[in-house]
Amino acid sequence: MSITVVYTIVTLVVIGGAAAVILYFVAQKFKVFEDPRIDDVEGALPGANCGGCGFAGCRAFAEACVKASELGDLNCPVGGNETMGQVASILGLEAVKKDPRVAFIRCNGTCDNRPKTSQFDGATTCAIASSVYSGETDCQYGCLGYGDCVDACDFDAIDLRAGMGVPLILDDKCVACGACVDACPKNLIELRKKMPKDRKVVVACRNQDKGAAAKKACSVACIGCSKCFKECPFDAITMENNLAFIDSDKCKLCRKCVAVCPTNAIIELNFPPRKVKPEVEVETNS
Amino acid sequence: MLKTFKIGGVHPPENKLSKDRKIEVLSIPSAVFIPVAQHIGAPATPVVKKGDKVKVGQIIAQSSSFVSTNIHSSVSGTVKKIDFSADSSGYPKQGIFIDVESDEWMEDIDRSETLVSEISLDGAEIVRKIQDSGIVGLGGATFPTHVKLVPPKGMKAEVLLINGVECEPYLTSDHRLMLEKADEIMVGIQLLMKAMNVDKAVIGIENNKPDAIELLSEKCKSVAGISVVALKVQYPQGGEKQLINAVTGREVPSGALPIAVGAVVSNVGTAFAVYEAVQKNKPLFERVVTITGKGVSQPSNFLVRIGTATSELVEAAGGLPENTGKIISGGPMMGRAISSLDVPVTKGTSGILLMKQEESKREEIIACIRCSRCVSVCPMGLEPFLLMTLGEKQIFDRAEKEKVMDCIECGSCSYTCPSNRPLLDYIRFGKGKVGQIIRSRKK
Repeated sequence: MSITVVYTIVTLVVIGGAAAVILYFVAQKFKVFEDPRIDDVEGALPGANCGGCGFAGCRAFAEACVKASELGDLNCPVGGNETMGQVASILGLEAVKKDPRVAFIRCNGTCDNRPKTSQFDGATTCAIASSVYSGETDCQYGCLGYGDCVDACDFDAIDLRAGMGVPLILDDKCVACGACVDACPKNLIELRKKMPKDRKVVVACRNQDKGAAAKKACSVACIGCSKCFKECPFDAITMENNLAFIDSDKCKLCRKCVAVCPTNAIIELNFPPRKVKPEVEVETNS
Repeated sequence: MLKTFKIGGVHPPENKLSKDRKIEVLSIPSAVFIPVAQHIGAPATPVVKKGDKVKVGQIIAQSSSFVSTNIHSSVSGTVKKIDFSADSSGYPKQGIFIDVESDEWMEDIDRSETLVSEISLDGAEIVRKIQDSGIVGLGGATFPTHVKLVPPKGMKAEVLLINGVECEPYLTSDHRLMLEKADEIMVGIQLLMKAMNVDKAVIGIENNKPDAIELLSEKCKSVAGISVVALKVQYPQGGEKQLINAVTGREVPSGALPIAVGAVVSNVGTAFAVYEAVQKNKPLFERVVTITGKGVSQPSNFLVRIGTATSELVEAAGGLPENTGKIISGGPMMGRAISSLDVPVTKGTSGILLMKQEESKREEIIACIRCSRCVSVCPMGLEPFLLMTLGEKQIFDRAEKEKVMDCIECGSCSYTCPSNRPLLDYIRFGKGKVGQIIRSRKK
C-alpha cells in the first residue's frame, strides 16, 4: 500500500522534472524578444481598443509607437494630449500637440424640419435603407435616422433621440475615434476641432441640390446662396456643389455667418443667448 | 410529370389579373424623362444637347463601352434639359428630358404590320444590329443582349433557351406578347439562333399559360430546331440558372456564366425586340408593361414608350386606388418599391404593381425558430438564415465562403419565413459588401 504511494510520487516527480527541463530549453530556443516599452506604452493608453488611432487596438498602436522615430503621425484621440505626453516621455520622444476633435452630424433634418414623403419598412439599418433608396424624405443627402452611428459608438456618445429623426452627439462623451464617421452611409459625420466650452458654428447640412429643390425637401437646408461665404472675415467658409462648409480649424466663432443665413442651415451651439436685437433682424429678413 | 428545377422554389398565389387584357397602345405622354443608365454596365453618354430636335428612334445617348448600350429617343420633340431625376433605384440618375411635339419617326423604321420572316443578314451583322438598337434583356435584368451573343473565347453555345416562364406573380406582359406576337417572336428566335450559330432553341413556358404553350407549339411545327417545353409552375423558374436546370437538367457551376454549360437564355420580350430591330429597323424605345394590383380598376397591359412617367400608366389603368400602400416597379417578388410616381418606365420595367395598404405591410419580425424553411426553398442551395446573420454581424469573409455571391435575390427565403425575418435585406447588403471586397482585391 505505502509502496504504491511512493512509486506514484516518484514517477510524477520524475515526469514533472523532465517536462520542466524540456520546457526550459524549448522556451530558451524559441524565445521572442519583446520590447518591454510596449507594455509600458500600452499601460499608458486608455485600453478602449476603439481603433480610432487607425490600428487594430491599443497593443498594435503601442507597438507602432515604439517602432516610430517620431510621434507626429501617431495620435490616440481618446487619450488626447495628456496620454500622448506620457507615451512620449516613456519613449523619450518629443510630444506633438494635437487639437482635440469632436464628431458632429451635419444634418438638422429633424421630423419638424424635413417632411416625410415615403415610408421605409425594410430592415432598420442605415446601410440597408441607403442601399434600397434615398430615404424617407426628398433629401437624398440627409440623415436616415436608424442609428448605425449609435451602434458603432463604443462610448455611448450618440443618442438616437427617439422621434427626432436625427441622432445627437454628446460632446462630453465623444472621443473622436471616428467609428461613426465610417458607419454613416451618407457621410454626414465630420470630426471637427473641439472649441472652448464645446461651442460650435456649423453648416448642419450636406444637401448638394440646387436651392429650390433643397429648400423644398427641408426647411433648414443649405441652398448655396453664398451669403455666409461673403460675410466670413476669416476665409473659413468654402462653397462647393451648392453647399457651404465651415472649416473648424479656421473658424473663430464670430457668428457673423449665422446671422446672414436665410434658412438657418448654419447653427450655433452652446453659446449664451444672444441679445434681443440681432434675433429680430434675422426674423424680419426671413 | 412536368419539368422544373431541382432544388428549392416556392409557389406564391399567381394573381395574373390582367392575363386576358389585350396589349393596348398607351397614348404618347406630353414629356418624357429617359435615363442614360437603363442597363447593366456603363451608362451611355448623351449625344444631344438642350434645344435639339429629336425624332422617334434617334440615338440620344451612345454606349461608352462594350458592356453598355445605346439609348434612343422614344418620342419626337425638343430636348428640354439633361439633368438628374429619380429612377426606380430611388436615387437621382442622369437622363434626358424631352418635350413631346408630334410623333415623327426616323424614316428608316418600317412601321407596317406585315411580318418579315426572310432573314437576309448573317450572324455578325445581326449582332451588330442588336447592339446598335440598344437591346437589353427585357426580363428585368437588362443585361445588354449583344454581349451574351458573343461567347467568351473557348466556349461554345449549344442551345438557346427562350424564357417565356413569367414566374413573377401578377405580371402578364410576356404572356400577352406570346399570344399576340407569336410569329414575330418565332422570327426573333431564329435571328438569335443565327447570331449565335446554334441550331436548337427551346421555349420554356410555365403550365399556367396553356394558351401560349398551345399557340407556340403550333408555330414550332413549321420551324426546324425550335421546341416548346411546358414547365411546372414554380418561382423563380424565370431565373437564368433555374430555367437552364429545368429545361436541360444541367447545373451552372457556382460563379460561372450559363455559357459554361453551353446555354444562352433570352426573354420572349427580347426575342420580339430583336425581330423589330433586325427586320423592321426599329430600335428599342417601347415595351409592354403590365399595370396591375387588386385595387386597380382596370388591370392592363400597355405598350409604353420608354421614359413615360409611372403616373401616366396609373392614370390609364383607372387612377390611383385610394388605399394604395406601396407602388412596386416590377413584380411582387423581385420588384422595387418606388417612392414617387414620376419614376419613368425604363427598358427593365416589366410591370407596375399597386398594392393595397393591408397587403403591403410587413409583419412584425420575431426570432428565428430554426425551422430551416428558407434553406429548403433556396433555389441556389444556400443557407439564407446564416447569410442573414453574417450580413447583420458584418462577417463578410465568412459570407463569401458561404457563397453569398451566388444568391439571385429571388426573395423566396423572405417570402417563406414564418418569423417574417428580413432575410433578403441583409443578404443583399452582405452581397453588396462582399462584391466590393472582391472588386477591390482585383485592382
